[in-house]
Amino acid sequence: MSTRHDITLTVNGERVTRLVEARRHLIDFLRLDLGLTGSHAGCEHGVCGACTVRVDGEIVRGCLVLAASLDGAEVTTIEGLSDSGEVADLQDAFVARNAAQCGFCTPGMVMAAADILRHHPDATRAEIREHLSGNYCRCTGYQAIVDAVESTLTARKEGVR
Amino acid sequence: MKWPAFAYERASTLQDVWRLRAEHGEGARLVAGGQTLLATLAFRLSEPSVLVDITRIEALRGVTVQGSTLRIGALTRHAELGRDPLVARHAPLLAEAVPYIAHPAIRNRGTIGGSLAYADPAAELPACVVALDATLVLASPAGERRVAAREFFTGLLETALKPDELIAAVEVPAATPASRSAIVEVARRSGDYAMAGLAASLSLGADGRVSAPRLVYFGVGNGPVLAAGASAALEGKALDAGAIAAAQAALARDIDPPSDLHGPPEMKRHLARVLTARALSRFLPAAEAAS
Ligand SMILES: Cc1cc2nc3c(=O)[nH]c(=O)nc-3n(C[C@H](O)[C@H](O)[C@H](O)COP(=O)(O)OP(=O)(O)OC[C@H]3O[C@@H](n4cnc5c(N)ncnc54)[C@H](O)[C@@H]3O)c2cc1C
Ligand code: FES
Ligand code: FES
Repeated sequence: MSTRHDITLTVNGERVTRLVEARRHLIDFLRLDLGLTGSHAGCEHGVCGACTVRVDGEIVRGCLVLAASLDGAEVTTIEGLSDSGEVADLQDAFVARNAAQCGFCTPGMVMAAADILRHHPDATRAEIREHLSGNYCRCTGYQAIVDAVESTLTARKEGVR
Repeated sequence: MKWPAFAYERASTLQDVWRLRAEHGEGARLVAGGQTLLATLAFRLSEPSVLVDITRIEALRGVTVQGSTLRIGALTRHAELGRDPLVARHAPLLAEAVPYIAHPAIRNRGTIGGSLAYADPAAELPACVVALDATLVLASPAGERRVAAREFFTGLLETALKPDELIAAVEVPAATPASRSAIVEVARRSGDYAMAGLAASLSLGADGRVSAPRLVYFGVGNGPVLAAGASAALEGKALDAGAIAAAQAALARDIDPPSDLHGPPEMKRHLARVLTARALSRFLPAAEAAS
């Protein structure tokens, strides 16, 4: 019976191989084993969304994913998303709207918001709220965050025209 | 809290599952999406010795139509259920339920098999499969057996699954042009489990009369509650305000909600009545003509 597993996966475009304990979740793997501390562990039971990262292109709760199950997977964290420039405009909007205060929720919030930009370019304000409803923020009261996402969507649409 | 120590094994086939269960006995727990199991392990509600990952078992995947039956593999994730064209066409109730289940990141991992096996009384999918008169396909080393959804849910977080079985698939009778279905619920916050909910399915004849109505309430009992009296009150009736009122009245004897964190039984009874009208009003002639 194995409690430690060799996994090889791609994290932010780089191939990594590590020996992980079966009980390691993806966020501890990223933070403690790879030193990628942008992904946060809040509640560690699926409720707060601070741990939102992409696995194989879709957002997940990193605290509810076994690192050992990720052999062959492709993981993108806030570090990778940020470096890629995919959400540079959204990040600017977060700053402009003051949508981050303590910043604890911000990486997860940006990962979830990026999902709206990719999959729901026509999202209404209500749909933005609905999509972000699994990401808790204890500081901002959410209005500024929804504003930032909404203005990014609008700017992108105007840019296309 | 961190998860307790456990081992992890990935099963590639059903044979692997049977072998791992034989080796580890009661200490072995299946993990599919992990969206319930891993969350509860963080509370140390149980301490399995080995998690058996079933997500790579091909036999548990896929959505297909066979004759007039839609077969949904147990590993179908909530997000997949929500965007699958076959589900939208043949079992629209399931697609309609998806946005009520948790949040996008959780729907990208959680599976229908896991939801049905866990049998949370406030969960959407157990109520939907009962409303649709679906059949669960259970697999074990001895082969397959089929259990009607309404007989599968046996009590609070309890099902007809035997220790050596797993859910392989759900079989849903495909919708016909006469089929109508709706899911409605009240929750405190978007994505929360329901305080009370209703998954309804019925047929509307060309004469406007209801047949085979199945009103299934969730969040109001130990599991999905098929409301026999309220359903019977609709059978053979033309759907109108009177028929809806009769179903609401009959509901009083169908449900016996416990008090819970959300409030007392009378509040849940009230919500169930309101939801009954909300769901059924969609099929009133005027509403149908407008849509
Ligand atoms: C914050 C949060 C909010 C949520 N809100 C909702 C909600 O509003 N409504 C809702 O319905 N759900 C909700 N869920 C639960 C979610 O829908 C889960 O995905 C689902 O209940 C379990 O599916 P899973 O694949 O993740 O199962 P797992 O967690 O992997 O497994 C759950 C249980 O089922 C067993 N199991 C899994 N697959 C099978 C199988 N094929 N055969 C036999 N046994 C099996 C496991 O051994 C385990 O005991 C929520 C979860 C979280 C974390
Ligand atoms: S840390 Fe994962 S949801 Fe809170
Ligand atoms: S900015 Fe502090 S939790 Fe969101």
